[in-house]
Amino acid sequence: MKPPPFLYARPESLDGVLRLLAENGGDARVLAGGQSLVPLLNFRLARPEILVDIAMVDELSHLTIEDGGLRIGASVTQRAVETSAEVARLCPLLSKALPLVGHLQNRARGTVVGSIAHADPSAELPAVALVLGATMTVRSASGDRSIPAEDFFLGPFTTALEPDEILVEVRFPGKPSARTAVKEIAPRSGDFAIAGVAGRLTTAADGAVQDVALALFGVGAVPQRLPEVERLAAGENVTPELLDEVARITRATARSGSEDVHADPAYRARVAGELVRRVVEEMAA
Amino acid sequence: MKPVPDPAGSVAVSMEVNGRTVERTVNSRRLLADLLRDELRLTGTHLGCEHGVCGACTVLVDGQPVRSCLMLAVQADGCEVTTVEGITPKDGLSPMQQAFKDHHGLQCGFCTPGFLMTLAGVEPEDHPDEESVRELLAGNLCRCTGYEGIVDAVMAAWDRSR
Repeated sequence: MKPPPFLYARPESLDGVLRLLAENGGDARVLAGGQSLVPLLNFRLARPEILVDIAMVDELSHLTIEDGGLRIGASVTQRAVETSAEVARLCPLLSKALPLVGHLQNRARGTVVGSIAHADPSAELPAVALVLGATMTVRSASGDRSIPAEDFFLGPFTTALEPDEILVEVRFPGKPSARTAVKEIAPRSGDFAIAGVAGRLTTAADGAVQDVALALFGVGAVPQRLPEVERLAAGENVTPELLDEVARITRATARSGSEDVHADPAYRARVAGELVRRVVEEMAA
Repeated sequence: MKPVPDPAGSVAVSMEVNGRTVERTVNSRRLLADLLRDELRLTGTHLGCEHGVCGACTVLVDGQPVRSCLMLAVQADGCEVTTVEGITPKDGLSPMQQAFKDHHGLQCGFCTPGFLMTLAGVEPEDHPDEESVRELLAGNLCRCTGYEGIVDAVMAAWDRSR
């Protein structure tokens, strides 16, 4: 349970990081907080030849507000985002989800951007990025590109990132007026979620649902939006009958595939339906 | 432009451990927990699961509780590290340690340094009631006590009744 041998570099500029990634391609891995990567190293599930530590890169340490949204750099810890009053105001869903990410000791080191780049199917932050319509800023030695959250997550632990690219920041549009909620079921507080859902919702003046976005995590291979449920709820008042229908359609449309010692896909779909019911109910209340 | 370092298999590091400056050349794959235990002989930091679940290896890095099995020693370069040895008085026990003893907050003691370091890195007012104390302690596993004695100890040390 110790990491395999690797070479380590800690460049002090983003250009240095990009050059090492360009020269070494798939043999190099970016190290941010290490809360996902170091367990993989300890289990020897990952055997990179080179770790490129981004801790000393000033250009990746920003947590700033721009155009009413958040820009979170790749080395910003989850704890820093969790305890930010500005984040709580602009992106309350992010503030609500972070206490569910691992334990306090993990969040002190782990990064928001690292968790998104890692793309664990049971992770909260990829689903939050999907619900809030976040944009990924990706860079390599040959240039920049932006990837919307809905195109970023391709499979378990698999994203649209190329081996020579780094996710330099994630941009979250500010949605201070939206109602938000996140719920999950896990064997122990801080453990990987068996199933969870993140949501945001706005209401019209008469109290009816105007716009709602919902994303499941822990249920299938990637975080999943629920367009059928979202369309059903739009324009409706949240009644017990609507909530029953919301839960039913979630169960029917969840791409539930994850299976482990805790739960099979059918159970995950059932739990997902119940959690979506509760999240919509809480947001509409 | 700053020079890009060549990736290396060993790295010179300098850190403060329990107030003492430590300078070592460490293998890049060396975990902080192993540096503390095997090279500095600070064996109060215990390694249980070695993948971040059990919390026995919790230490403070720059004042924050972290898992020393999920941190490379090179990542602690330039940091202040505090282990359970660093919070233990020369004579006797700290108030939290004494409370663990008084309230049966430990039996075999393997997990205890991790609990103590988690508690040493937080402000009591951020965990105002029993539920929030239990939430705080969720990142540390104890297989002996059933947690009741541990929660009792924390509530007593933080001057609260249950």
